Amino acid sequence: MSDTPIIALQGASKSYGAVRAARDVSIALRPGEVRALAGENGAGKSTIVRMLAGVQRPDLGEVVVDGRPAHFHGPADARDAGVAVIYQEPTLFPDLSVAENVMMGRQPLGSLRRIDRRALHESVRELMDRLGVRLDPEEPVRGLSIADQQIVEIAKALSFDARVLIMDEPTAALSGPEVERLFWVVRALQQRGAAILFISHRLEEIFAICTTVTVLRDGEVTFDGAREGLTADALIQKMVGRELGQLFPKSDAEIGGAVLTVSRLTREGVFVDVSFEVRRGEIVALAGLVGAGRSEVARAIFGIDRPDAGHVEVGGRRLKAGSPSAAMAAGIGLVPEDRREQGLVMDLSIERNVGLTRLQALSRIGVIGRGSEQKLASTWAQRLRIKAHRLADPVGFLSGGNQQKVVLAKWLATDPKVLMIDEPTRGIDVGTKAEVHRLMSELAGRGLAVLMISSELPEVLGMADPVLVMHEGRLVRELSRAEADEQTVVRAATGQQEVVA
Amino acid sequence: MSVEASRAPASATAGPAGGRQLVDTLLRARELGLLAVLALLVIGTTIAEPRFLDGQSVRDVLLNVAIVALLAIGQTVVVVTRNIDLSIASVMGIVAFGTGVLFADHGVAIPVAFIVGVLAGAGFGLVNGALVSVGRVPSLVVTLGTLYVIRGIDFLWAKGRQINAAQMPDSFLSLGSSSIAGIPVLTLITLAVLLVVGTVMRSSRMGRELYAIGSNPDAANLAGIRVGRRVLGAFVASGALAGLAGVLYAARFGTVDANAAQGQELAVVAAVVVGGVAIFGGSGTVYGAALGALLLGTISSALVILKVNPFWDQAINGLLLLVAIALDRLLALRVSSLLQKRSGRRAR
Repeated sequence: MSDTPIIALQGASKSYGAVRAARDVSIALRPGEVRALAGENGAGKSTIVRMLAGVQRPDLGEVVVDGRPAHFHGPADARDAGVAVIYQEPTLFPDLSVAENVMMGRQPLGSLRRIDRRALHESVRELMDRLGVRLDPEEPVRGLSIADQQIVEIAKALSFDARVLIMDEPTAALSGPEVERLFWVVRALQQRGAAILFISHRLEEIFAICTTVTVLRDGEVTFDGAREGLTADALIQKMVGRELGQLFPKSDAEIGGAVLTVSRLTREGVFVDVSFEVRRGEIVALAGLVGAGRSEVARAIFGIDRPDAGHVEVGGRRLKAGSPSAAMAAGIGLVPEDRREQGLVMDLSIERNVGLTRLQALSRIGVIGRGSEQKLASTWAQRLRIKAHRLADPVGFLSGGNQQKVVLAKWLATDPKVLMIDEPTRGIDVGTKAEVHRLMSELAGRGLAVLMISSELPEVLGMADPVLVMHEGRLVRELSRAEADEQTVVRAATGQQEVVA
Repeated sequence: MSVEASRAPASATAGPAGGRQLVDTLLRARELGLLAVLALLVIGTTIAEPRFLDGQSVRDVLLNVAIVALLAIGQTVVVVTRNIDLSIASVMGIVAFGTGVLFADHGVAIPVAFIVGVLAGAGFGLVNGALVSVGRVPSLVVTLGTLYVIRGIDFLWAKGRQINAAQMPDSFLSLGSSSIAGIPVLTLITLAVLLVVGTVMRSSRMGRELYAIGSNPDAANLAGIRVGRRVLGAFVASGALAGLAGVLYAARFGTVDANAAQGQELAVVAAVVVGGVAIFGGSGTVYGAALGALLLGTISSALVILKVNPFWDQAINGLLLLVAIALDRLLALRVSSLLQKRSGRRAR
């Protein structure tokens, strides 16, 4: 085994605006190495992948290929250096055939540089045979399941002589046997002397195939070493390890009766048999990995998606399924995960955005009164301490944290009984984060029932009273505030303990 | 690729082979369907008015369609990449007028007129393409702008001047009306372009990359395709074909002024969409687009020969456009519901 890394990052830093996604990161991939890249959501894993894949260039530091500095101007340069990447979401061309997707840009040519379709289909068919998959190379990709699409991605990575294979959560959409097949491919590549970087939230997968581990926390490398001798608990400790407590003040509130009751809610293929309740003054956290079905549960409660079974009650009255307006009338608010796409109309002013949920009340004979709209907005801007130059400015001008407050104001203006907040502080700077937390805590103190979906462990542990943990579409654990600590939550979320609450 | 010949663990994935045939049939059905509609139209019109199939009127249809089809081929190359080129009729118009000027004022040789016309068109395409791929302005806006700018330049240049057949060489004008083996030369030129562009789109890496870009621009970038360069190339091709069409327009009509071909761009887009090219890119062929142009051209002629109020011409074009789009939407819905059922089965 040669010691020169095939590819490495040296002292690489990368910022997105004010967010420092990677700080002085060094990571090296040597021949025959299967390296795990572990870390919480937002720790900077995907940024590392993008720099190695030539999608983004580091602000500081450099990419080194075979011991020499390399300048990737785009993904094509990385590919030419032998780097293959499998992204979390398939990056395919739905209108083109499986074979064309696999060999795009490298199709076998015949006379006059025309694509030799026969040879193209033959070579991809061979590839699929070796992978042990029955996928017709001539079939269009549109219409393939996500798992089959992921297999096309794997075939694509294999089809050229990849010396480095980077996989960003490739197994999220795959089932058992498919994961086995992927691991077989990884081991074959490893024997050939390729280097593999593997990102997965499933710890057992890391322990199954990786030889070395790099752990990231808040954009910095906190561990770099052999996997041997590392236990799951030690790994989790390195991923999380940070002080908790003061940062997330949850004031004690008087807990009242159940406001939101969810009974055996099921949406086929997404989540199954989810039951829980949220009481007055309570902040219930829904924890779990990305893709565990948490946001989907909230969407079904709010009526955006119609559940296949089960029902939702607010204040003891059963809610009409599949109707967001009925949910709003019953007093539910939903602060969605994607603020820019779903929570706000970015080009409209702050006051317009706040008024969106109150159009009926603000209008007289169908015409919206500017005055009442402005009054409503300025009331809430004061109460939530929204920092804005003018309320007539487009909401897109605000910082992420203040945008999130506008979304909150929009829902609080409806005087809700239940507020569901999906990733309340994603992409928000630390200072405003604390303010959002204080606000949530205050609201609960005043008797609001809050359902919080969060992928950030400290937030979950600091804010929530009971913590509900979902794993692959099921509610697997319910932890009281006293029981909940990082390790129990992560263990339940990664499916290491299937104790049904 | 040199993974050892050993086999992976046995497959649990059942590759549904039915999907490809279904979609293939549907796609081919589009071109066959166009041919069927065309045949019905010709038969119906001929029964009502037998003169419809005599030599002269067939020639007229072919001549009229040749130029629109040329533009439709160029437009397809652009639309496939999820863009649109609205400036083509203006480019064609200014090149047609310029061709007249070259002959009338400078007495150039015929090949020179063709070369200048195609290069000028390509130049306009380069401007469009640069604004779209380097300036990152949506092509709808860019080419709507150049549509007006180019037409404005045309008017300023012409200052009301009209160039007529007497000022152009006879051998050039005869290109627009003569035939080889009973087929008009213009039609032969269009067919030749159709075959070349059709082959490039179907069987070159470049052509497939254009489809890839239209199908998923982000993935195209990640796959190492030089998206900007390819889109620029598509606009240059479209411009060059519009330039060629401009020279042929001058030969066909003999009389050119700054109004030449005004308003043709929407007829071309209609032909492309009727011909089954997805307006959001990624699918459709130049053959379909050419058939779309032929169908719309035949309908116009049929209406004239049947002495129907010309108002109906535009209404019917519009109706066909709506039918074509409705068909596409229906198809997409069917395919996605099939997909959902299939993945639902897998999940269980």
